[in-house]
Amino acid sequence: MTDATAATAALTLDVRLARADFALEIALALPAHGITAICGASGAGKTTLLRLIAGLESGAQGRIEFAGQCWQDSARAQFLPAHRRPIGYVFQEPRLFPHLTVRQNIDFARHRALDAAARRADPAPVLQLLGIEHLLERAPHTLSGGEQSRVAIARALAGAPRLLLMDEPLAALDAARRAEILPWLERLCAQSRIPILYVSHAHDEVARLADTIVLLERGKLRAHGAAQDMLARLDLSTARGADAGVFIPAVLVEHDAADCLSRFSFAGGELFVPLAAPPAKAHQRIRIAARDVSLALERPQHSSIANQIACTVTELAEADSPAHVLVRLDAGGTPLLARITRRAARTLALRPGLAVWAQVKAVALLD
Amino acid sequence: MLSAEDWSAIRLTLLLATVSTLILLVLGTPLAWWLAHTRSRLRGAIHALIALPLVLPPTVLGFYLLVALGPHGWIGGLMQRLGLSLLPFSFAGLVVASVLYSLPFVVQPLQNTFGALDGKLLEAAATLHASPQDRFWHIIVPLSRAGFLTAAVLGFAHTLGEFGVVLMIGGNIPGQTRVVSVQIYNHVEAMEYAQAHWLAGAMLVFSFLVLLALYARPHAGALFAQGAARHD
Repeated sequence: MTDATAATAALTLDVRLARADFALEIALALPAHGITAICGASGAGKTTLLRLIAGLESGAQGRIEFAGQCWQDSARAQFLPAHRRPIGYVFQEPRLFPHLTVRQNIDFARHRALDAAARRADPAPVLQLLGIEHLLERAPHTLSGGEQSRVAIARALAGAPRLLLMDEPLAALDAARRAEILPWLERLCAQSRIPILYVSHAHDEVARLADTIVLLERGKLRAHGAAQDMLARLDLSTARGADAGVFIPAVLVEHDAADCLSRFSFAGGELFVPLAAPPAKAHQRIRIAARDVSLALERPQHSSIANQIACTVTELAEADSPAHVLVRLDAGGTPLLARITRRAARTLALRPGLAVWAQVKAVALLD
Repeated sequence: MLSAEDWSAIRLTLLLATVSTLILLVLGTPLAWWLAHTRSRLRGAIHALIALPLVLPPTVLGFYLLVALGPHGWIGGLMQRLGLSLLPFSFAGLVVASVLYSLPFVVQPLQNTFGALDGKLLEAAATLHASPQDRFWHIIVPLSRAGFLTAAVLGFAHTLGEFGVVLMIGGNIPGQTRVVSVQIYNHVEAMEYAQAHWLAGAMLVFSFLVLLALYARPHAGALFAQGAARHD
């Protein structure tokens, strides 16, 4: 880590943890703003890293510092216990207290906030943010899985954390429940002024939520950087798999109400997104999955596909299937990924530096 | 009907059971927590030691206590040097004996409850800034209500019923160590069967009611049933 990143960092850590079957060794500085996704295969140490930061793992060597405050330093035998760290933790399971109602669960956290002002704060905004005002008098076991998750997130926020740790908060939910709760999470991430560490191995969640991505591999830091760049790096597992893809920050130019089509501009050109109504915000993240991008050497004429972007091939790499390759493209500085067949790559004689046209079959707004 | 001496024995018995139960809960809770969570090699030995009163004749426990607490025993000798009065043949001595005698009845249910308690909830409470003490009073105790109730009732009822230990360590001093079980023995020795009937019958009914209060609850037996942990 450089001095420049350390200076603006909220959380700096340099930790080692040795277990019989697992070793973790990570040095990292994380920004004071935004959502950092912690990615990696299972067993990479994502949860362990989060638990270390929370103070739930004993026996770790090294240092953890947050906003100038030392949380632990094994060299000086310092260890701030979990209950004195200004964190909020959302576990994989909701872990609601079964003997308390939803309101009592929220108040449990609020009355114990380390910040005295937060203890007297009105919990209504948090309840509203997660849409649980109508559940307050219910017992946790009477709630659906999605409702329990939302209460767990609200409870963590009610403790007025200065750092929010979320360990796959949607992992216990089925696809329908995930779809139900993702919008709440997005709203939380957008409105939250505190840094969030978000463990996930779901590509869609990461693409939708993350500003920064930290990729772990077998207990070590593999890479970290801005989410947009990380998702387009062909040397990383974040860019592999059938759901590989990038997101592009874009600005709304105009909305055609008759055709229900919004026109966005980004650094490398323009994109048309089918939308029933113009989006609420002008700044949007537009997701483009690698499998929805096809390539042509010349600008396709008379095509039904509206989104055609002039790019340069920068890199080719193996895809998740032997029949396909991943092509990294540069569109005026914006990285794009295309997943095409091996045969097509050979027929087009794709090579770094070649100018091509990317046709995007489907685009979706993320925010 | 019951004589003044009988009533004195009843009062003394209830006092002994109440004091012993309170002490047992205070001592038994950390002990049960340690037994439920330790990985120490001593765990088995300590567990067996606590369980001894379940299998030993009460006279054996009473005998060793009498020896240890007496003027020539190491505890008794120490107490004499410190200027304290000796414990045998006193109410305090009865309390000490009862606590040891009823310890397994309190520790066992608490240990079961603590073992079944979801440690993940305690972690969650820690991340919500609850100190260890706070977690004990606001998570562990309410979620272990059923276990504490069982422990208190069994400890209380078992102390009511002790005889052998009392006789060895407490003797038969009216108003000080003469509890109901001893008083019944006195009546029988004196051929006062009518008196013995009244006391024995009262004891039987009372003990039954105490246990009924414990086992008649819904979910009784399952010490950590979800229902028992809720505020119904």
